[in-house]
Amino acid sequence: MVMRVYSFVVYLFLYVPIGIIVLFSFNSGRHASEFVGLSSKWYGKALSNPFMMDALTSSLIIAFSAATLSSIMGTTAALALQRMRGPVRVIFDGLIYISIMIPGIVIGIATLVALVTVFDILNPVLAAIWPDDNRPPKLSLGYISVIAAHTLFTMSLVIVLVRARITGMDRTLIEASQDLYATPWQTFCQITLPQISPAILAGFLLSFTFSFDDFIISFFVAGANTTLPIYIFSSIRRGITPEVNAIGTMVLVVSLTLLIIAQVLLRSRENKSSRDN
Amino acid sequence: MGNKKGSWLTAALLAPTTLWFLIMLVFPLIVVVIYSFGERAPVGGYVASLTLEQYANLPSRLKAFTNTMTFAPLGALMCLIIAYPLAYYLAVKVSQRWKLLLLVLVILPFWTSMLIRTYAWIFILGGRGIPTLLEIIGIEGVRLINTPFAVVVGIVYGYLPLMVFPIYVSLDKLDKRLLEAASDLGSTPFRSFVQITLPLSMPGVATGCMLVFILLMGEFLIPAFLGGGKVFFIGNALVDLFLQSRNWPFGSAVAVMLVIIMLVTVSLYMRFTMGGKSGRDTSIM
Repeated sequence: MVMRVYSFVVYLFLYVPIGIIVLFSFNSGRHASEFVGLSSKWYGKALSNPFMMDALTSSLIIAFSAATLSSIMGTTAALALQRMRGPVRVIFDGLIYISIMIPGIVIGIATLVALVTVFDILNPVLAAIWPDDNRPPKLSLGYISVIAAHTLFTMSLVIVLVRARITGMDRTLIEASQDLYATPWQTFCQITLPQISPAILAGFLLSFTFSFDDFIISFFVAGANTTLPIYIFSSIRRGITPEVNAIGTMVLVVSLTLLIIAQVLLRSRENKSSRDN
Repeated sequence: MGNKKGSWLTAALLAPTTLWFLIMLVFPLIVVVIYSFGERAPVGGYVASLTLEQYANLPSRLKAFTNTMTFAPLGALMCLIIAYPLAYYLAVKVSQRWKLLLLVLVILPFWTSMLIRTYAWIFILGGRGIPTLLEIIGIEGVRLINTPFAVVVGIVYGYLPLMVFPIYVSLDKLDKRLLEAASDLGSTPFRSFVQITLPLSMPGVATGCMLVFILLMGEFLIPAFLGGGKVFFIGNALVDLFLQSRNWPFGSAVAVMLVIIMLVTVSLYMRFTMGGKSGRDTSIM
């Protein structure tokens, strides 16, 4: 009984602050202490704010690209790693582990310093060899650097998820398929892919959420671009307006929806295998 | 022959990932190490050099290091104290039907925007939040935001899910027959807990503490939002050095030092608590 009450209090602690943000996003007053009345005016304000909409568009493009890249590269890598043993495998496991555990701020700094250094070397070279001298392209930080940095983490995440699924896969089906003279490609498309696809999709959704919510990596490598979390950070720095509550609520709704779908995809297997046991 | 074809395929499948790791992880980290031995140009750029000057200058940011090394273990400890009973409840007391839902409810917040969740506490602890409510019932002059207390609240709020999950996993794996045997042999529930449950859940506790500790070492948002410039971490120093005062060689030395401290503490910690690499595979989802 005591434990039950305790757990309930912890759940309250986890969800009440989120609830407060949602609640006050509908508050027509300006402050937490004055709940004046219900209104959706802050949503209207947020959605008609061109800076916020630009930031939102950037974030969606970046998150979609990072999630797509990670799903493809993470899946191919997981398939390849499953066939491997020995030192190469150990090195890869180490790299995957490091890219998941290393703090985002270190990735942000390292990417910033490395890319700016490379650009400083390449830009004069490009300008020198560019055929017509009116407009040589200038390399700089932007969408691509953010996508590349996010993909480092999210790709490793997809590898971990897909590999767990491959390990738990029913191998007899693959053997049966081979015995029945299916080509490796047919076996892959008809047996392996359908079994690992929920993990790939869950990986895509988690990658999207991570990239969409990431602040610190983007803060370092976005250059002159603004992603939604960077926009939110600077508006909080300038002073809190209820508009931030509305934007925050929308961000929470997006990530919670994707997360719940990802959870359902990942857990459906667990339920099934625990029933089998 | 088929084997040779297979190894070509494996190499082709791994190539993009390998390139990504080399270009986006290995190369950048090497560049940071090189910068950390360099000198700062008068205008804020980098001059190639081989000097330990930046490292000798590290004590000028000592406060950021001591703050981080105080709040990271403290935060992990607070998370542990609050998370353990919840993990125990979920693993041992809750019926199978509700387990999954309750577990997912713990993990969900961790994957949502840390920025928004930390911001929520500015709103709650800030001048127009709880202090105003306290004034209504007659308690005046309470200041919550921009204090060490606010930072600890933010830490616990942000990282609690990460602590609950590994502890839950290790408690869930625990063989309940051990507890029955203990009680058959006349052990009190408290004694069974101390002698069986607690030691067997240590791998989960160690994993949880390590995860929270590592992530806290690189924390920036919580002290920036809730510490109000009084409580600042290494992360805040790094943002200042790279984006505001633009002293990249010194910033690189700070970053290298951060990674070194992290690696040393984690390897010492793993040696003492786990004696190997068990429990390291606890998934984060």
